[in-house]
Amino acid sequence: MSAYDFTAQLSQASLSAGPRPSEVLQINLTKLCNQACKHCHVDSSPARTEMMSRPVIERCLEILAATPTLTRFDITGGAPELHPDFRELVTRARAPEIDAIVMVRHNLTVTYDPHPQTAESMDWIPDFLAENAVEVICSLPYYQEYFTDKQRGSGVFQKSIKGLRRLNALGYGRKDSGLVLNLVYNPIGAYLPAPQADLERDYRKELKDQFDIEFNQLFAITNMPVNRFRSDLERRGKYDEYMEKLMGAFNPTAVDALMCRSMLSVDYKGQVFDCDFNQMLDLPVELAGKAADVFSFDESRYSQRQIRFESHCFGCTAGAGSSCGGNTA
Amino acid sequence: MNYYDSEDLNRFADVGKFRGELMEKFFAYYGAVIDEDGALTRREKALIALAVAHSEKCPYCIDAYTEKCLETGSNPDQMTEAIHVAASMKAGITLVHGVQMLKGLEESGA
Repeated sequence: MSAYDFTAQLSQASLSAGPRPSEVLQINLTKLCNQACKHCHVDSSPARTEMMSRPVIERCLEILAATPTLTRFDITGGAPELHPDFRELVTRARAPEIDAIVMVRHNLTVTYDPHPQTAESMDWIPDFLAENAVEVICSLPYYQEYFTDKQRGSGVFQKSIKGLRRLNALGYGRKDSGLVLNLVYNPIGAYLPAPQADLERDYRKELKDQFDIEFNQLFAITNMPVNRFRSDLERRGKYDEYMEKLMGAFNPTAVDALMCRSMLSVDYKGQVFDCDFNQMLDLPVELAGKAADVFSFDESRYSQRQIRFESHCFGCTAGAGSSCGGNTA
Repeated sequence: MNYYDSEDLNRFADVGKFRGELMEKFFAYYGAVIDEDGALTRREKALIALAVAHSEKCPYCIDAYTEKCLETGSNPDQMTEAIHVAASMKAGITLVHGVQMLKGLEESGA
């Protein structure tokens, strides 16, 4: 058993964290990305080839249409825009038959790099997102160049600024436009995020003063000790220190809003998970002793599942709590 | 043997092995000063502590407050300016003693 036992921590704090009706359908459309970031828990890169198949996409849309509690459709990757069916998927999810709130995890640079497999221009992305009123969530690890480029690669900051300006020009992040632009901060290293409200205030001031950029909200997300970030910690002999930091910062009030409790996470093969991190660690939801998938999905059974907690879950309960939508406590 | 070992910071509380009540008072005072927002924010206090850590040349504190500054939202420019404040104070403190030297020179007729 791991020295970092999340279930034991919950018991010790007399807390339970059972599932609730699913509110967010989050799908990992592809592991392909134009970038290869240091912190990426998906291990995405231009060399990855995993793509969600057509039958899985169709089934996800069916589930979205048939499950009244699932009102938010969160499309992630990789860079999801690189999937050949991305545009059709978004258009159909936004159409009146489904009318979901569609969120896309957009890395800002994908617009300016050629498609890693086909070399086609991706310049269509901002206009397409605006036309479909897609909620855009962009990772910008810092409001300064140094930290951003250190984490995401040389030149990423300037390209991201260009991308944000273009989104602003389309109305994103501007008052009363109805086009939502949220940014994501995550620490460059093995430390916890600063208070989200303080960071948001700094981002708002610096991005406005330096670049005339506006946005709606900043989400502060804790780095999860999985995949690439965990390997980096282990290589530097810092894994245990980081885990102890997360455990030491355990915040019982963050348990109530753990994102896994109301999320349906689907991988490119159609397997079903409690969250994106469990997906990356290949810890599928098990129903009646079998790994669950979208083809056998049934919300009434799913909302009775046992959530699979592992040591990385301490990342979601440390400090002010962390989720794909920022702080939870 | 190393005089400074980063692991030793984890043993800080062991200093309370004897006269533990004094260390308890110290930790309560330290926590109240550093870890709570007051007239100064935790972020401002962490920057002051980082500057003091450098001027006092404490490797434990430099590690701890580099991290604390990041976790309270300071950026590398602000952290570097803080240690320049410490360095410039040190330089000023050294130089202002030059008045003593000048007085000595004056007394000796120079």
